[in-house]
Amino acid sequence: MAKIVTDVVCPFCGTLCDDLEVALSDDGKEILEVYNACAIGATKFLHSQASDRLTRPQKKQEDGSWKEVTYDEAADYTAKMLVDAKKPLMYGWSSTSCSAQGVGAEIGEEVGACMDNTATVCHGSTLIAVQDVGVPSATLGEIANRADRVVFWGCNPAHAHPRHMSRYSIFPRGFFTGKGSKSRQMIVVDPRNTDTAKMADVHLQLEQGHDYELLSAIRVAIRGEKLPDVVAGISKEQIYEVADTLKSGRFAVIFFGMGVTHSLGKNHNIDIAISVTRDLNDYTKAAIVPMRGHYNVTGSGQVWGWQFGFPFCLDLTRGFARYNPGDSSSNDLLVRDELDAVFVLGSDPGAHFPVRSVKKIAQLPSVCIDPHITPTSAVSKMHVPVAFVGVEVGGCAYRMDNVPIETKKVVEPPEGMLTDEEFLQLVLNRVRELKGAA
Amino acid sequence: MAAIQINLISGRTIQQGVAMESGKEKPAYRDACGILELDDAEFKRLGIFKNTNVRVSSEFGTVVVKAIGATQGPHPGLGWIPMGPWANALVDPNTYSTGMPTFKGTPVTVDVAENETVLDAIALITEECL
Amino acid sequence: MTDYLIKNGFVFDPVQGINGDKVDVAIKDGKIVDAGDVTNPTIIDATGMTVMAAAVDIHAHVAGPKVNMGRNFRPEDKLFNCTAGSGMKRMEGGFSVPTVLRTAYLYARMGFGFSMEAAMPPLYARHTHEEIRDTPIIDQGALPVFGNNWFVLEYLKENEIENTAAYIAWLLNQTKGFGVKCVNPGGTESWGWGLNCETVDDVVPYFDVTPRQIVSGLIEANEYLGLPHCMHVHGNSLGEPGNYGITLDTLKIAEGVKPQNDFGREVVLHNTHLQFHCYGGESYASKSFESKSKEVVNYINSVDNISYDLGVVTLDETTTMTADGPFEHHLSHMNNLKWANTDVELETGSGIVPFIYNPKTFIAGAQWAIGLECGLFIKDPMRAYITTDAPNAGPLCRYPRVYKWLMSAKARDDMLDNTLKYGDKIRERCYIGELDREISLYELAMMTRAGPAKTLGLSHMFGSLKPGLEGDVAVYPYNPETDTDDPEKIEYAFGNAAYLIKGGKLIVKEGEIVDMGNKRTFWVNAKVNENPMVERDISEKFRRYYTVTQNNYTVEGPHFVPNPYVIEVDATK
Ligand code: SF4
Ligand SMILES: [Zn+2]
Repeated sequence: MAKIVTDVVCPFCGTLCDDLEVALSDDGKEILEVYNACAIGATKFLHSQASDRLTRPQKKQEDGSWKEVTYDEAADYTAKMLVDAKKPLMYGWSSTSCSAQGVGAEIGEEVGACMDNTATVCHGSTLIAVQDVGVPSATLGEIANRADRVVFWGCNPAHAHPRHMSRYSIFPRGFFTGKGSKSRQMIVVDPRNTDTAKMADVHLQLEQGHDYELLSAIRVAIRGEKLPDVVAGISKEQIYEVADTLKSGRFAVIFFGMGVTHSLGKNHNIDIAISVTRDLNDYTKAAIVPMRGHYNVTGSGQVWGWQFGFPFCLDLTRGFARYNPGDSSSNDLLVRDELDAVFVLGSDPGAHFPVRSVKKIAQLPSVCIDPHITPTSAVSKMHVPVAFVGVEVGGCAYRMDNVPIETKKVVEPPEGMLTDEEFLQLVLNRVRELKGAA
Repeated sequence: MAAIQINLISGRTIQQGVAMESGKEKPAYRDACGILELDDAEFKRLGIFKNTNVRVSSEFGTVVVKAIGATQGPHPGLGWIPMGPWANALVDPNTYSTGMPTFKGTPVTVDVAENETVLDAIALITEECL
Repeated sequence: MTDYLIKNGFVFDPVQGINGDKVDVAIKDGKIVDAGDVTNPTIIDATGMTVMAAAVDIHAHVAGPKVNMGRNFRPEDKLFNCTAGSGMKRMEGGFSVPTVLRTAYLYARMGFGFSMEAAMPPLYARHTHEEIRDTPIIDQGALPVFGNNWFVLEYLKENEIENTAAYIAWLLNQTKGFGVKCVNPGGTESWGWGLNCETVDDVVPYFDVTPRQIVSGLIEANEYLGLPHCMHVHGNSLGEPGNYGITLDTLKIAEGVKPQNDFGREVVLHNTHLQFHCYGGESYASKSFESKSKEVVNYINSVDNISYDLGVVTLDETTTMTADGPFEHHLSHMNNLKWANTDVELETGSGIVPFIYNPKTFIAGAQWAIGLECGLFIKDPMRAYITTDAPNAGPLCRYPRVYKWLMSAKARDDMLDNTLKYGDKIRERCYIGELDREISLYELAMMTRAGPAKTLGLSHMFGSLKPGLEGDVAVYPYNPETDTDDPEKIEYAFGNAAYLIKGGKLIVKEGEIVDMGNKRTFWVNAKVNENPMVERDISEKFRRYYTVTQNNYTVEGPHFVPNPYVIEVDATK
């Protein structure tokens, strides 16, 4: 008889499903099956126990080969690198728990680091837009229970947040949405005919990069003003129709993703999407929700918010917190050669930053804390594998709607492996020793 | 040989997510992300069959990937490389003071590179950076 | 643990009837003791200074999701005020919504020992507790909001008090909450559809229950359980001209209800930020708007089971934040600034809008006056507590300034004559001009210590210097005999405690923070009889309508509440 662990939280995407069940071997050591998860979530749990997994820190040698070192040696190296640097970048913080983020924040403060999380290449545009115009939003359960107009703008949950539509946005039979997907009109705005778009009642296949124009046109249509015949490749008839659909709903919601945050216009695209939502609230009820990517990128912005007052792009090098995206943001710092050390935890800039930035990381003293071998670990001088948060150690994470959920420990990590929080604590202690000595 | 200009975008796919969690050093990750999805019309313009390796170049870099038929198309004028080091070899790193590189909407040139190989993620990043 | 003896100060402790007498205050093992009971104490020389029990804040928004949204979406609130760490202190930042570190240091420097986070959305309880955990020094609790909760609406439609009580007990336990908060009863649920409840008799759509039934039912359920704190209400139509009638309607719901508890609490309803609920007239224009503070406070003076806090407007640029979602939407349409809103499934909502109380406008000046009037009309200062509803009417750091205005008619006149543009108009439309009362230090101690401690059900721990209570003592550099010449001295002294001892530890020494204390999170564990129906309702709602599982709802674990102080209540009869 396998042992079943219930109410398991999936530590992959911002959907943060908390209804997984994991079957363990009798001794509780091996993960046999994962139920309720999507393919990605299941893989994360199953692959965590791969036989070829790294279990000890490795340091890169002159000749490019790797040599195993102890966690203490790795912590010492990391601490020295951070203390010696004038302007180190401590990046990532999205695939880890809030407690680890908290210890990281203390290290960043001690050494005077620039600190940034994956929002910087994900929903950073959104965070800036919210600072400009605010954000009328709601928890995902509000949407499940009430929303009858659902827009996916520049996002593709069928691939990026696979259980989003079934758990929250399209299929649930909620309190006031008893007919499930039949209670809802689904609108998708995307330049590709995505698998999400294929399910929609209406797909606006706009010209890539013209989101601002189309959102602006929808505002015009909501107010009943005149439009040109075609905007962003969409006919005015269709735009008026969509505006009517939204206005006539009882509760409209706009989910949006990288299609808008990554395209030219950036935060301005989000500004106007939020303004559409604001306008709709004069006619009906409306909310807007960013489809946050990593399972705890949201938490990282929260922890820094209450400790420093800003959700990303923190510059602590002057001893107090400064915030200035474009100046204190990772990619700008890297490309402008302002940094002299890079520390990465819970993210893979090697795979997800433009290559120009990755080249800079490769040239600098660098440490990568990650359970996996990644392009980042490959270009770093030290790679510290740690236990998987949400699989081998619990900890708090914030869902895309900011709802905090406690992830679970399902199995023990491999013998002798540290969690990232434990490793960070070693680094913090060492940093304090070094600074005390100085 | 023909070369075509298209507008490149990237993003997540399920296969990318699964492959990423199975190990980015593995061939499956390359197979999931070292690809370029094109409409049939673009294959005609290029004069090649699907599943042919191509070289994609932008103002910011060059990378070899395998051209495959669009799985979420048609998307006229657009090319799609899933999020990962292959796409990021090409994208516009300019943030225009927002902190956010311009990941979507990079003008690229595609030409045939039948005899070149698609590198795995670690080899690719090593070659580019080290 | 070090013993302390605070010598030669002017002591104000209304609980013991000590009114400025020179009495020595002794602390041993973290508690107040008789001066003779300490051996070899560290002596704190309080000569020429004012000594009081540490202050108790009954209502402030300092931790949780909307507070943090206020921080993250207002980088401008940190312009030029982020400071480096020094000594024991970490980096700080923020004016109207300070970081948790600044909040803690501010409270310490103002001589506070306890603060009640005024509104915790249950689904976000973990977030609130994470911030509380990271706020050192002061003890804190948090009030979950109940006034728009689907369980409560459904039970109270049928007037099922016992079920409501069982649900409250369950939720306090799940969220590690302290008591019952009720914000815009029914209105925030209506806001789920973009609507509101503007009077106590408006019907909540679908749920078919009225604010009157909700307030009345929550008071009854609160007393059924015998919780330490009473039902804590922010009524309907906050901030609306002419709302004082609705406020009186709300207050009168408590008529005749007797407190039932073992904590010495004497009131059954606490009306928070009364200032926002005392408006007459039909618009904000000076020819229509008027103060009704006298009418409302006179009613409260005529009964004995209601308390309130002031919510004084401090005339700053600040950040408003409340579970009153429709109000914030309304406000964003008035000032056209950015607006954040979060509706929370089955439970509540919230909104956040920056706001500038501009002393050059009539209305901001009138609001300032009304807040102070609420403090000056009270007959029994044990039932009126000084707050700014921080940060709604003003930032936390302005408490000492509010004390100054309450304690000095001269300071108020100076405002009316020199700072406010419409001082004369405000004298005409409000009562401020006819009030020459000056709150004494003895009364201040009631309104900031003894009173709030009693209404929170914590008078056995805080609010006085009686032997046996917590060793929480503040010493202010204010000489009540010689410093009365200049009201500015009040503001300076109460913002710069010379000493703070918290739980027997010396936290502030000669004005400097020297220790991070032993922070505790207070919550109330109420035992009720088994109630299978409520248990079934709970599991049903989680199965069908919540997006988290019931097991994942419970706030547990040392990283959320590492140092709990649990108050046990037995309501099994
Ligand atoms: S949708 Fe996201 S959180 Fe849910 S199981 Fe899939 S990867 Fe995990
Ligand atoms: Zn309040």
